[in-house]
Amino acid sequence: MFEILQKRNLNDQVVLMEFSAPFIAKKAQAGQFIIFRADEKGERVPLTIADYDREKGTITIIFQTIGRSTMQLATLNVGDSILDVVGPLGVATHFDENVKKVAVVGGGVGCAIAYPQAKMLHSKGVEVDLIAGFRSKDIVILEDEMRAVSTNLYITTDDGTYGTKGFVTNVLKELIEKGNKYDAVVAIGPVPMMKFVCEVTRPYNIKTIVSLNPIMIDGTGMCGGCRVTVDGKIKYACVDGPDFDGHKVDFDELMRRNASYKEREAEERNHVCRLTGGKRNG
Amino acid sequence: MAKNMSMTKTPVAEQDPKVRARNFKEVTLGYTLEEAMLEAGRCLNCKNKPCVSGCPVGVRIPEFIEKLAAGDVEGAYEIIKSTNGLPAVCGRVCPQENQCEGKCVRGIKGEPVAIGRLERFCADYMREKGTAKVSKPESNGHKVAVVGAGPSGLTCAGDLAKLGYDVTVFEAFHTAGGVLMYGIPEFRLPKAVVQNEIDSLKDLGVNIMTNMVIGKVLSVDELFDMGYEACFIGSGAGLPRFMGIEGESLVGVYSANEYLTRINLMKAYLDDYDTPIKRSKAVAVVGGGNVAMDAARSAMRLGAEHVYIIYRRSEAEMPARREEIHHAKEEGIEFMLLNNPVKIIGDEKGYVKGIECVKMELGEPDASGRRSPVEVEGSNFVVDVDTVVMSIGTSPNPLIRTTTHGIEANKKGCLVVDENMCTTREGVYAGGDAVTGAATVILAMGAGKQAAKSIDEYIKNK
Repeated sequence: MFEILQKRNLNDQVVLMEFSAPFIAKKAQAGQFIIFRADEKGERVPLTIADYDREKGTITIIFQTIGRSTMQLATLNVGDSILDVVGPLGVATHFDENVKKVAVVGGGVGCAIAYPQAKMLHSKGVEVDLIAGFRSKDIVILEDEMRAVSTNLYITTDDGTYGTKGFVTNVLKELIEKGNKYDAVVAIGPVPMMKFVCEVTRPYNIKTIVSLNPIMIDGTGMCGGCRVTVDGKIKYACVDGPDFDGHKVDFDELMRRNASYKEREAEERNHVCRLTGGKRNG
Repeated sequence: MAKNMSMTKTPVAEQDPKVRARNFKEVTLGYTLEEAMLEAGRCLNCKNKPCVSGCPVGVRIPEFIEKLAAGDVEGAYEIIKSTNGLPAVCGRVCPQENQCEGKCVRGIKGEPVAIGRLERFCADYMREKGTAKVSKPESNGHKVAVVGAGPSGLTCAGDLAKLGYDVTVFEAFHTAGGVLMYGIPEFRLPKAVVQNEIDSLKDLGVNIMTNMVIGKVLSVDELFDMGYEACFIGSGAGLPRFMGIEGESLVGVYSANEYLTRINLMKAYLDDYDTPIKRSKAVAVVGGGNVAMDAARSAMRLGAEHVYIIYRRSEAEMPARREEIHHAKEEGIEFMLLNNPVKIIGDEKGYVKGIECVKMELGEPDASGRRSPVEVEGSNFVVDVDTVVMSIGTSPNPLIRTTTHGIEANKKGCLVVDENMCTTREGVYAGGDAVTGAATVILAMGAGKQAAKSIDEYIKNK
């Protein structure tokens, strides 16, 4: 069992959880992920590892309560245990030795994963411009942490209530046009954001790494559910990724596949039983 | 006792096809004690025991049947259990027609003795009776690691535990059982039956650690560092194959592994589980093996109006067991033989709406000895379906061989072993689908058994 040692709400919808997982903590690297199952009847859901502590034997995850399983996970508190956690899965993020300057772009809860990437690069002496986008001021997360691991931190909000009004792509484009020479760009966030970041960097031929989070079951390549098309070929995000060269990813297909069960889940969530007046799993 | 000279097997009760096609309860209901004893009376107790030579784990068949014919179920069960750790599983899913029953003398002029049904009966009878717990043998102080809690790993672990080894099984999923849990459906192999067999291994002292992906969380080298003296790799077949045709990434296209895992392991067919699965109107299952039959029959049980098996050869070449094909047909699965998919068609939202096939003819025999199918030019047609399940095989998972030094694999990625199931690295043994590619439960068990024997000799002689 994986006992929860720390739980913090970063905003209304985003939760940070640190739990005991000594075997995983010993091996985890930036870019890898775990799969959790909150209870006996729950789904298996992948989440990227936000942080790890090899000494304490803990793993930290940061997640948005967006579907049934993440909502279920968020009901657990310090002292409770997560039923199943498997990891570390996937290939760790890899940068060339000679990378000097990188732009790390995070969108919403994706900042939770962009942050450890920035931290890792920063600790190696790489110059990091961190661009973090949120819908609005009240959902900004990890601002101090991100500032501490970046050369420059740019925060954007869609509604202009904090930082620069607009999208991360505008800021990134401006920085590139101003003459910043990035050896690589890392984009982590909603699929449309990653797609548009790749469109910004494509004309400049800047290597752009994206971290994909498709639907998965086992996480070892067995089910093939997480397949994505990269450079015209089928790749399994769980074993070949989750990082891929963003310029080669078919994002539209990924968005369609990720929405496979959305309608049904929404239907079920809103379904009130006519017999009991109760809600399923409610 | 007088022999039962009936030329045919004692019939076994089955759920009515129309009823069972819409539920997940077991299809074959099994013998009663009277039926089992009657069928046991058909065994001639031949001296040369051809049936035993057909069994990969060497069950002493005439001996257990003799006990059963005399009404001694417990004695029969003990004989089975002495060589077979998973009798309730084997009695249900072994291809007996190619093994024990295929060699039965009674089969020359009639039907062979229903050895599988008798084995199942003994295991079920003893489980329902609530047998006394087996006790843990005295430890010999040696530690062995087993990777994968499927049929080969569990068999290897059980046999070693009986010899006093301290065995730990590392399983990637949250539940032990491997293909018995995620692959074979409830209606063919109830999960409670599998769990019972696993629990009896735990009683023997086998330690099972779930959620452990060897090759990721620990390497084989680290297992040796932790004090394990030998390691058995039964990591299974792994990666699903796709055809490489257009449309395989549309929403509604599954690998059989994913489809069956969602249903069997993750219980998508039960309302109170969170696992989503497409509720399909019409499903095309591509392939002709047992897994394809399982996927098709599961789709029917989830409520599909039409379920098609699309297979590029004819029924004679289908690798599935006759019994499975027969059951599938009874349940209303529509067989589209000598057809091959060329493209999956999607709607504007990226959902499957049809599958385009081309008709095939049989040509000359190919390397497998089966007549190879050839396309009939211009015979393309479209079948309206909203779900496609690809069931055309798997290739071994590279996770272990790419993270372990000194283990060689062949061109197909299957681990190379000698006749003792030893890999190219000392102390590391392997068996099951990781070595053979996709095969049967019982062959995997046979390999696990041989490996246990080899590991015992290896450690004793160290």
